[in-house]
Amino acid sequence: MNDNVIASFKLMGMGMTAIFLVIIVIYVAVNLLHRFTNKKPNKKIL
Amino acid sequence: MEFLFEGILAISWKQVIMWVIGSLLIYLAITKELEPSLLLPMGFGAILVNIPMSGVLNQTLEGIGQVQGIIDWLFEVGINASEAMPLLLFIGIGAMIDFGPLLSNPRLLLFGAAAQFGIFATITVASLMGYGLADSASFGIIGAADGPTSILVSQVLKSNYIGPIAVAAYSYMALVPIIQPLAIKLVTTKNERKIKMSYNPKSVSRMTRLLFPIIVTLIAGLVAPASVSLVGFLMFGNLIRECGVLRSLSETAQNSLVNLITLLLGITISASMKADVFVSMDTIKIMILGLLAFVFDTMAGVLFAKFLNLFLKEKINPMVGGAGISAFPMSARVIQKMGLEADHQNHLLMHAVGANVAGQIASVIAGGVIIGLVPTLW
Repeated sequence: MNDNVIASFKLMGMGMTAIFLVIIVIYVAVNLLHRFTNKKPNKKIL
Repeated sequence: MEFLFEGILAISWKQVIMWVIGSLLIYLAITKELEPSLLLPMGFGAILVNIPMSGVLNQTLEGIGQVQGIIDWLFEVGINASEAMPLLLFIGIGAMIDFGPLLSNPRLLLFGAAAQFGIFATITVASLMGYGLADSASFGIIGAADGPTSILVSQVLKSNYIGPIAVAAYSYMALVPIIQPLAIKLVTTKNERKIKMSYNPKSVSRMTRLLFPIIVTLIAGLVAPASVSLVGFLMFGNLIRECGVLRSLSETAQNSLVNLITLLLGITISASMKADVFVSMDTIKIMILGLLAFVFDTMAGVLFAKFLNLFLKEKINPMVGGAGISAFPMSARVIQKMGLEADHQNHLLMHAVGANVAGQIASVIAGGVIIGLVPTLW
């Protein structure tokens, strides 16, 4: 197997890892944003 | 009077083929309405640059010396020197995108990531065909389903095939309604395509919409710094849209800026459609690899959704994963149509739009990651 093919497999592994890492961090950040910025519904005071 | 016949006598058969290709692109743009804003200028540009001794290209004239041609100049300044044109286009694209459907269901982000697999699978196939890593990566990025990203990455990696890559990227984006259903049907059953998804979006606060573009830029920039120009300009456009105090700029970015850049980008790209480079077996191979990239992307998104379904109580319609390729908004429309074909009550549009805009983010991140990683692997 030539060097370019091996490099392409490395690129696949590193590239997909990097993309998923960025996306998962964004996912966590968006959920945190929802938690901190969404107004909580008023609780009924009995 | 010999000068009158110089042009006619200098015509080569490759240039005639390029006139035919240019005319075909114009035909597809006008009669089939396939990405007309790009394919028409590219088609006309392909004719312009393939007229012998064309004045739109740099020429050395007897007794005068070097004379600058407008298309070569536009290419040098707008793409080669700065990648300004594709990047400026991202401001407009960012201003056009409503991330609301994604923000209200953030797990759809994962489909954007999964559907970038086709890029890397295609890079491996191109490497197996004997291309160098930089050219292979430039072919693979066609799978970003995003014309400006394809142009920018192939230019940064100094690929000699930017013309065929741009033609493939824009042609296949226009052909998403044909390519995606075939690819999706290969990896799904009819019962899977019938899966209904309830739509219970979270409410999205104004603060979330405002902070989202800034946070995405910071996260993408810190993990993949090479993606900052791509992600940053996209998110800058989106911030202009969401801030609410720059309506005029937002409208300009969405309309005038996009139209102006698109107009110039198409004709500028034609600088790389000169017959001696374009008319080769490589162009046919690039078209095939581009098609593979779109098919692999779609399949990867669908298969990832099927994988997630193994762990989820409330199943996801796997077709939604296929919308994770960028091609916005065509891909989302395709998924909605396929959902309705499987079951008349199966409305998947909002889920597919969310996955689709996730693909827009992930594809520019993929572009940045490739720009950053490829030089380290040479």
